[in-house]
Amino acid sequence: MAAVAIVALLTFGLLSKGNSRLAVGESAPSPPLPKLEEHGKGSLTEYRGKWVLVNFWASWCIPCRDEAPELQKFQEEHAGKNFTVVGIDTQDLSDDGLKFAKEYGLTYPQLHDGNGDNGHEFGTSGVPENYLLEPNGKLAWDTPGPVDAKMLEEHVAPLLPPSKKEA
Amino acid sequence: MSLRARLGRLPAALAVLAALFTLTAPAMAPTVAAGASLRTILNEIEEEVMCPVCGTLLGLAESPQATREKAFVEKLAKEGKNKDEIKQALVNQYGDAVLALPKGSGFSLSAYVVPIVAFAVAVVLLAFAVWKWRKAAGSKDDRRPDVEGPSEEDRERLDQDLARYDL
Repeated sequence: MAAVAIVALLTFGLLSKGNSRLAVGESAPSPPLPKLEEHGKGSLTEYRGKWVLVNFWASWCIPCRDEAPELQKFQEEHAGKNFTVVGIDTQDLSDDGLKFAKEYGLTYPQLHDGNGDNGHEFGTSGVPENYLLEPNGKLAWDTPGPVDAKMLEEHVAPLLPPSKKEA
Repeated sequence: MSLRARLGRLPAALAVLAALFTLTAPAMAPTVAAGASLRTILNEIEEEVMCPVCGTLLGLAESPQATREKAFVEKLAKEGKNKDEIKQALVNQYGDAVLALPKGSGFSLSAYVVPIVAFAVAVVLLAFAVWKWRKAAGSKDDRRPDVEGPSEEDRERLDQDLARYDL
């Protein structure tokens, strides 16, 4: 009986320790999270029907500072294509996050994942990380580390539907 | 002015200094005490909360996130918040995982109760095992065939030998 208990504990430990990265085709975890810029909670489920680029970031993260303007520019260029970037400020103080968003003029929606649980559910190993979700909430593409304009144009833009103007 | 005259004024000067010290000391004391108590609160909190990103005590962490967390704690302490209020503010930002010691209520209580219960169960099991082992050993002794004592003849010879050697 003791042996069974030990094996069970070890198995639980191994399973709970490993946060495997979300795989392409899997549904993204979408728990309600506090909104960063206003009161109340929001969730990725609110954006079902749209392509969503989920960007995990933090104000203390140096590469996030280079990435933020690129994401804002991409958002402005592709917002008409049934697409939005959603920022998730993770393991960060909300005031610091707000200051960061203001400093970089980020207009896309922001959620606050203070304890980092949502990031762990995605399987992030740090910040920044980016996940492109299909309109049904399933993962289409992801990359650990920061994105730049070239990566966004090569990997994200081709997947987005044409805007109404283009169509 | 002669030396005697100067010496004559010394007690008066000392009295003025003493009076000044008496007047200013109470005013300075709270500043010194406040500084000391602020440092004490900061030190205590840094030993009781975690840096969520580093997974170590905040006092040991040097990461950018830890630096921001320390600044947040210091800001609240300077605003006059007590230790519990500061820890609650940290929980609001980072979740319960920021606490180095689990809370003594709800599910977190199990962190304290489970080891005690496990120890008690282990002691009972050990006592039961020892009791069973001793009982088994006792019953083995019972199964041992009776050993016959020395015969009457041997006993007489033994008595004689003892008497002969004056033992």
